[in-house]
Amino acid sequence: MILASAAASAHTTNTVAADTHGFLSPTGVEIAFLLVGVVTFGAALVTVTTRQLVHAALWLVVTLGGLAVEYLLLTAEFIAWVQVLIYVGSVVVLLLFGLMLTRAPIGRSPDADSGNRWAALTVAVAAAAALVWVVVDAFRTTWIDLDGPAAGSTEATGASLFQNWVLPFEALSVLLLAALVGAIVLSRKAKADAVTGAKTPNASKTPSAKGADPSGGTHSGTGAAGGSGAGNTDGSDKEGVS
Amino acid sequence: MTTTTLAVLVPLLPFLGAAAGLLLGRTAPGFVRPLAVLPALTSLVLAVLVAVRQGGDEAVNAATELTPTGSIPIELALHIDGFAALVAVLVAFVASCVQIYSTGYLRDDPRYPSYAALVSLFTSAMLLVVYSGDLMVLLVGWEIMGICSYFLVGHYWETPEARAASLKAFLVTKLGDVPFLIGLFALATDAGSFRITKVLGAVSTGALDHPTLIALLLLAGVAGKSAQFPLHTWLPDAMAGPTPVSALIHAATMVAAGVYFIARLLPVFEASQAAMVVLAVMAAVTMAGSALAALAQDDIKRVFAYSTIGQLGYMTGALAVGDRGAAVFHLLTHGAFKALLFLAAGVIIHAAGTNSLAAMSRMRDLRDRVPDAYWTMTVALLALAAIPPFSGFFSKESVLGAAEHITTGHAEGVPAAAGWIILVAGLLTALLTAAYATRLWLLAFRGRGAEAPDHGRQPLTMTVVLWVLAAPSLAIGGLAYQSLPGWFGGDDLTPTLTTSILGTGLAVVGGLATYGAWQRTTALAARAPLGAVAAHPEGDAGLVEAEAIASHEPAYGDVAYAPDPADPGRLLLGPLHRHAAVGFHLDAVYSALFVRPVRAGATLVRFLDREVVETYVRGAGILPRWLGAAVRRAQTGNVQTYVSALLAGTVVLAVAAVLVATGA
Amino acid sequence: MHLAYPAVLSALLFCTGLYGVLARRNAILVLMSVELMLNAVNLNLVAFDVWLSRTAEETLHSGQALTLFTIAIAAAEIGIGLAIVLAVHRNRGTADIDKLRDTAEGHEPEGPETGGPAAGAAEKAEATA
Repeated sequence: MILASAAASAHTTNTVAADTHGFLSPTGVEIAFLLVGVVTFGAALVTVTTRQLVHAALWLVVTLGGLAVEYLLLTAEFIAWVQVLIYVGSVVVLLLFGLMLTRAPIGRSPDADSGNRWAALTVAVAAAAALVWVVVDAFRTTWIDLDGPAAGSTEATGASLFQNWVLPFEALSVLLLAALVGAIVLSRKAKADAVTGAKTPNASKTPSAKGADPSGGTHSGTGAAGGSGAGNTDGSDKEGVS
Repeated sequence: MTTTTLAVLVPLLPFLGAAAGLLLGRTAPGFVRPLAVLPALTSLVLAVLVAVRQGGDEAVNAATELTPTGSIPIELALHIDGFAALVAVLVAFVASCVQIYSTGYLRDDPRYPSYAALVSLFTSAMLLVVYSGDLMVLLVGWEIMGICSYFLVGHYWETPEARAASLKAFLVTKLGDVPFLIGLFALATDAGSFRITKVLGAVSTGALDHPTLIALLLLAGVAGKSAQFPLHTWLPDAMAGPTPVSALIHAATMVAAGVYFIARLLPVFEASQAAMVVLAVMAAVTMAGSALAALAQDDIKRVFAYSTIGQLGYMTGALAVGDRGAAVFHLLTHGAFKALLFLAAGVIIHAAGTNSLAAMSRMRDLRDRVPDAYWTMTVALLALAAIPPFSGFFSKESVLGAAEHITTGHAEGVPAAAGWIILVAGLLTALLTAAYATRLWLLAFRGRGAEAPDHGRQPLTMTVVLWVLAAPSLAIGGLAYQSLPGWFGGDDLTPTLTTSILGTGLAVVGGLATYGAWQRTTALAARAPLGAVAAHPEGDAGLVEAEAIASHEPAYGDVAYAPDPADPGRLLLGPLHRHAAVGFHLDAVYSALFVRPVRAGATLVRFLDREVVETYVRGAGILPRWLGAAVRRAQTGNVQTYVSALLAGTVVLAVAAVLVATGA
Repeated sequence: MHLAYPAVLSALLFCTGLYGVLARRNAILVLMSVELMLNAVNLNLVAFDVWLSRTAEETLHSGQALTLFTIAIAAAEIGIGLAIVLAVHRNRGTADIDKLRDTAEGHEPEGPETGGPAAGAAEKAEATA
């Protein structure tokens, strides 16, 4: 394999070290990773197969939480907490709001999967087989040395982010602003279609209040997105009533 | 300027006039009339100059080769001998007269600019034919004349008669032109050149391998162009065009082109005895048949059309007995008096508001309405009937004299049979010609009945031209018959005593017989009222003529025939009258022989195309349509299906790439 | 720790998300599956970052920085995506992906509700049933 050969040729010492670590004698971290990984994968499977839409969102919480634990096990603690905050905290809430606003049925819905299921299963299994085969073939000897200082501590991440990644970081704020404006535009258009224009101050107030906080790109972005979603839901809710 | 330069300018000027007229016709209508008349007049002056300089001496030859054209070179060549010089003068003269006449005749016509330009183009093409020393260049002029004739016959294309006539004229002449073209190629292949001088040189040395074949092929084209039997049927119908066009194209010049062509290449025809006999038979049948038909026509212009065919028969008859001097002499005099006849007929039609002789014979005092036309037409009819002092007498007697000369047996290369055929047919035709000329004159100018309508004076441009043409009709024969042999380098053209007495006597007999018949029948006219006049008698002459032609068939049942018991021709012809009126059913024969088979073939082809070929086309379309339907079914609009297919493809490609990269 | 563990887990999660995107009917569930796929990528990024920061003395922490960016962008994406889904739901009365087939040939456009609130409500009831 290309990757494997590249990795092997660049880091011969590590491959030699990795040889000492067989798959049959896992370390404690590996056992923990495996267990959490199994749970995560299982939750993901349930997420995409369950017939209860709200349950899918809740199983998604389990998956994302499991992933946060995996990040911790990989010593990326800042990413882990960001994952918990943003995904588990806001994205899933947002999705639940979406489910409610689109009047997703509570309980089992027989038609949660489309007629495309078997084709999807085939493609997914084929892709999984191909990916796992390639990945295992490429990295079966690669060893991650988790000892020493944490690679993803907040300090290390922060230093890297604000020393080397300042420009993309700022560009990201522009992107979030664009997403904010887009969400407003979408909701305003919906208002124009609605019968009355009475919701205009409500819709414009919510995103602007949230969007006024530019610091902390990820947080403000999530807030803006959630805010716009909330404004949106607000309008559509009233429209649905009217 | 050299004679060559002058000669080049003669056809060039009308051509430039035509181009300018076509370009400026819409934007500057004021220039159209000068652009039509002035080039023709200038050409006339230059043609006279060329004729004076050439003077019947050694032929002027000039040639330039623009570009190599393969094994047989095509050159821009001039060959001006006495024939060419004099015929060019005639063409330019008649063309000038017609252009001047047309300014009055079509003064209100909205399509006058294109009409005048086409007449100029036609004049240019005819002059090119006359002067050309190269057969290919001659053919160019020949075909341009054909297409101009098509457009001009169809000038009143609003009427179905004009449309049908223009198509017929075009198709029939093209029918002759195809063998003509093949004949030209054969001739050039045998002679090794398209130059007339070289062809004639090759003939004199006996280099032609297939003289009969070539002569007969060329004869077909000549028969088409010069309206000789059996390809003459287009000419009577071509009278649906405006009268000046009939005068220029279908009487004086274009139809004479065939005669002129044979006159130029007479040695080629003389090389084949069979061709000369065929030519003689053709001329005889044409002469006699057309004279009979002319006696039965009701439309005044159709009378002249058949008369033209008959006079052309005289010319080809003269050629059949090997006397081109007589042929071109008759061409010149006929060009003058026949142009006059047509132009005068145009004036009469305008004044009477009808083209029907039957209707005219029921009008009193028509001659007082158009005194100019009356006197000039009388002169021209006398010339046509070959009464002694007039020009037609001398030319026709030269033809008959030449034929008589052959019959006496001292001729080289011409069979005596041809001479007898031409002599007998010519004398018979002289009788008939006088008869129909008298009939026309009596019916048109000695009518009895209601007063002719008064439409005021005819335009000066029209009447003056009549007198200008009357002069040569009256005098050219007597003045020229002694000097012309010097130009033509041929035999004496002086009338011989025998044929003069025979011809003139027969003409007088024909005239008197017609007069007697007319006196017996004219009393019937009052009992059979007939007549329809044009709807707009106050319009310009062209409009009146178009309406008269269009109303002839609804009024009388046929374009050529009127059920008039007062017609002396009916009495003279007896049971033959009915057949003569329709041209001896030749059109019906052609219709049965050619038109209907072609139509049936077209129907068959249409069936094959619609039902057979189309089936294959449709069949070819079915498979792609099925494929398209199958592919269209894949377009469900479901995005998930699309993405599934996309990702499946991606997976396959990725696996393939990995397999290739690992060398598996 | 073997790199293969997070890598395989990531691959499996990605394919699970893939299945969800292809098989789910509700647009919001499709969005959830997209989140799954994004998270699988994130896991890969983190794992490789940890591996490379040790073995190659790579100090840029590009994997972790990219993970943060991905999370931010995913948050924005989910906001916009939900707004779109809600707009579609308002217009069409359904958020089912396989009912949005306007691009198919010969499709009768369903169009915005023209029958007033009653018709819209009936359509929504039918969509949710």
